[in-house]
Amino acid sequence: MRKSLLALAAGLLLAGSVGAASAADKLKVGFIYLGPIGDLGWTYQHELARQALVKELGDKIETTYLENVPEGPDAERAIEQLVRAGNKLIFTTSFGYMDPTLKVAKKYPNVHFEHATGYKRNTNMSTYSAKWYQGRYIQGLIAAKMSKSGVLGYIGSFPIPEVVSGINATILAAQTINPNIKVKIIWANTWFDPGKEADAAKALIDQGADVIMQHTDSPAAMQIASERGKLAFGQDSEMIKFGPKTQLTSILDTWGPYYIERVKAELAGTWKSEDTWGGLDSHMFAMAPYTNMPDDVKKIAEDAQAAITAGKLHPFKCPVTGQDGKPVECKGGDHLDDGQILGMNFYVKGIEDKLPGK
Amino acid sequence: MELVEAIILSVLAASTPLLIAATGELVAERSGVLNLGVEGMMIVGAACGFADAWLTGSILVGALFGIVAGTLMSLVFAVMALGLAVNQVATGLALTILGIGLSGLIGAGFVGERITPAAHLIIPGLTDVPLIGRVLFGQDAFVYFSIALIIGVWWFLYRTRAGLILRACGDNHVSAHALGYPVLRIRTLAVMFGGACAGLAGAYLPLAYTPFFIPGMTAGRGWIALALVVFSSWRPGRLVVGAYLFGAATILQLHAQGWGVGIPSQFMSALPYLATVIVLVLLSRARTGGSTAPAALGTVFVPDR
Repeated sequence: MRKSLLALAAGLLLAGSVGAASAADKLKVGFIYLGPIGDLGWTYQHELARQALVKELGDKIETTYLENVPEGPDAERAIEQLVRAGNKLIFTTSFGYMDPTLKVAKKYPNVHFEHATGYKRNTNMSTYSAKWYQGRYIQGLIAAKMSKSGVLGYIGSFPIPEVVSGINATILAAQTINPNIKVKIIWANTWFDPGKEADAAKALIDQGADVIMQHTDSPAAMQIASERGKLAFGQDSEMIKFGPKTQLTSILDTWGPYYIERVKAELAGTWKSEDTWGGLDSHMFAMAPYTNMPDDVKKIAEDAQAAITAGKLHPFKCPVTGQDGKPVECKGGDHLDDGQILGMNFYVKGIEDKLPGK
Repeated sequence: MELVEAIILSVLAASTPLLIAATGELVAERSGVLNLGVEGMMIVGAACGFADAWLTGSILVGALFGIVAGTLMSLVFAVMALGLAVNQVATGLALTILGIGLSGLIGAGFVGERITPAAHLIIPGLTDVPLIGRVLFGQDAFVYFSIALIIGVWWFLYRTRAGLILRACGDNHVSAHALGYPVLRIRTLAVMFGGACAGLAGAYLPLAYTPFFIPGMTAGRGWIALALVVFSSWRPGRLVVGAYLFGAATILQLHAQGWGVGIPSQFMSALPYLATVIVLVLLSRARTGGSTAPAALGTVFVPDR
């Protein structure tokens, strides 16, 4: 009796330790999310990418995520919590996590960090972002073709380079179709407030815009455009169910391939700190199907997408003329260089509005 | 003229949830209870209202469940802050945090679903009158209800005996208690009324304003409602002015941006708040003015038995 009990205990111990060992063998990967995963936008796309990662490498890794982590000091605590829980690779998925991530990264040199959309790096902290302005360029072509009033409506979140370069790419593209195209810009000064986004869309449409573009995260603007029989573009995610006859296309954040690549590098021991700014060519984002437009417009969009992907077309091809009528210094050969786009703080010619803070 | 009409319509829609939530909080505060959980009650009202409207296909059922959800949330507050005499500020803040969490949980299965928004009134002939037709006779039921609500509350507070007693509880709970009025019961009812209104205001967002549900969609409107109560110096009339002023400033700043008025958008976004403060400061400097904050507001009352 006693013997069998001992054997049983030993067996249990052994099973336990084997279990522990296999769990320890799995690479632990952590994610910090800004919003709830159900936000249909920014965080949702990161979650889809995490799921793609699990599907691809699920037998070798174990993932954890923390949702609704506010940017700022709380983020530091959350990131450190993931470190303490044994995560060896941590993705922090919003700009405001930059300094907290860097702080924790310096404290734990043996853990690797990946920060989305920032510019500060460390030997154990990479950054990654996408060249969304390429997608905005395609949208500008479609918008100019589809607009009957010649007035586009643009809802901006904050006047930061990512958003400003999106507006400029849009208008530069639209001008190639219709040199007299107008764009009305409303800054919501928020990333997420469906009510305000809806109000902004209403104001733009009331003022004559018939194609609505947005750089805020909810489908509210799409819904208003749909209600009023206008056209619109989605943002971050597929939003066509909020406007089946309204959505022309949408920029889709597709982080999956990047996450898989980075985790594979970590597993292989080849991970090193890098700065990745990928575009259509590296699948950092994708375009939703081109819908609600005639075939010739669709063809223009597809051709532009192919040309941008192949590197034959650059949205900021020189000469680029600033709002003041003077050409912008061309630092990248035949187009503006990455630094100029990443720090863009001016409007191009043809935008009658004034950039806030200028 | 069409643009003027369009702007007025947007203003009415933007002001309505603020007016409803603030009216409820006004009654609660007049009874002497400061419930800072308006945002939490609103967001739960939004989640429950949307979930039920989606399940049943009825906006009315959604609105009713929004009200019930807000009321239940306020009961949690009442048990803590009135029953157990816990600090009202802390309890209200906790209620907001609880509400945001709960709404995410309740709404999780409904994110991305759509419903047909609340119907707008159409009276052939009247609704077609230019400029005022759609403004006066083309709103959804929430808008008309919000007007009826604030008139009803004004009438109740200043024209009924029960209203007088409620205000007495807010001004001096010891005296009201000594006169034999059930202070805690009255306050509980006032808090429940506040919760019901907040729940309805929250439900308005996914049922009429932007007909879908996303966590966090109240985006701070509960806090604005709280501020409006203070700015109105606890008077229903000024509350209406404040709510519409706030809505108008919000919408007009968006239009001003579209017109390309060369003022920084960050300043424009702050404008509604500034305008509300300035006008209500002017109002309270007027002859009849002065703050009328209920004297016992936020103080804990434990009756001696």
